Amino acid sequence: MINVDSIERGIVLDHIKAGKALSIYRALELDKLDCSVAVIINVKSVKMGNKDIIKINDRIDINLDVLGYLDPNITVNIIEDEHSIEKKKLHLPDRIVNVAVCKNPRCITSIEPELDHVFRLADATKGIYRCIYCDALPKRK
Amino acid sequence: MKHLIDITDLSLNELDDLLKLAEDIIRNRNKYSEVCKGKKLATLFYEPSTRTRLSFEAAMMELGGNVLGFSSASSSSVSKGESVADTALVVSKYADIIAMRHPKEGAPYVASLYSEVPVINAGDGGHNHPTQTLTDLLTIRETKGRLDNLTVGFCGDLKFGRTVHSLIKSLARYENISFVLISPPELVVPDYIKDEVLKKSDIPFREVLNIEDAIADLDILYMTRVQKERFFNEADYIRLKDTYILTLDKLANAKPDMKILHPLPRVNEIAQEVDSDPRAVYFDQVEYGKFVREALIMTLLGLSA
Repeated sequence: MINVDSIERGIVLDHIKAGKALSIYRALELDKLDCSVAVIINVKSVKMGNKDIIKINDRIDINLDVLGYLDPNITVNIIEDEHSIEKKKLHLPDRIVNVAVCKNPRCITSIEPELDHVFRLADATKGIYRCIYCDALPKRK
Repeated sequence: MKHLIDITDLSLNELDDLLKLAEDIIRNRNKYSEVCKGKKLATLFYEPSTRTRLSFEAAMMELGGNVLGFSSASSSSVSKGESVADTALVVSKYADIIAMRHPKEGAPYVASLYSEVPVINAGDGGHNHPTQTLTDLLTIRETKGRLDNLTVGFCGDLKFGRTVHSLIKSLARYENISFVLISPPELVVPDYIKDEVLKKSDIPFREVLNIEDAIADLDILYMTRVQKERFFNEADYIRLKDTYILTLDKLANAKPDMKILHPLPRVNEIAQEVDSDPRAVYFDQVEYGKFVREALIMTLLGLSA
């Protein structure tokens, strides 16, 4: 068992699907933070079997839309004085901007690089997103 | 309605109003001959499509308006590297309404975000072609008298055929519609149309390989061309282009009041002998296209006779 200190003030991303923490870390650009960040992989979980956890030792602004798109089952815990003061449930955002890219070679974004890559939620039950320009499915960045 | 990019941008009421206006234009052409006097339509065609461009231009002229524009990317500022957004903004300073055709999917939508005047999608790659769908709907309504209670067959290239996808999405909104999808396995309707349009709304459809297996059930037979420009590989095109050819023999079991539509141009998928059959309405369809574009231009410009 590895012990990772609890944080005094910050954010804990819990219930990340096992093995996905590093992609979340990159998508949220946590490598650009000055504070310490702990990425814990393959933690035993009663609910999930195995899960990943990310602990961020500061109260930063997390892009909940990005996180909701990547995995709406993640729990966001806000920590103050070493205690969780708020749990944020995520949902699939209606639109995501520059989180994923459109790889359709026939899409206008393929020839106009200054355009934002925007996807809309086309099917909330299946979590399917489609490019607002060409209706193609997204590819993760 | 500010722009027309995707046919599903239109509510059923808006669609109904447009088709009614088109029908009034058909029956009272003189009444509309100066409705667009002093207005300019810009046709921005980044790829050649003579008949769609001529249809828009003829529509505007019949309403008493004027047209300007270009008919290929090489004769426009895009050849100097101008973005669609900039072109749309600049042209909207000259014209009152824009019809844009572009080989890239979503280009007219981008134009609509930046243009100061209404933008009509006149076809964006293999994606949408809403005025063709309006044409098809008006043709069905004029020749069958209704848009509900129909069994509609689509034949040919159902994978890349954007006119097929748009028409399926539109007809799916009417009561008691069922579809028969006739194509080779290589060119079947994409899964997303089946899943997100047909299955999602419990619309009956079946997929068959041969025209003869379905013809007796159909109220409408929508034929399509296997388009060379949609294939990356010429060998695939040559192998599939002659797969589905409609002849009088194949029409033997068809209902006497079935109607045959085709977005044109045809290559050889409908034998010329079918042209004189009263069920063939594909050349009338061309004229309906002009009338429905007149109705669309008037509606987007907020004009009435």
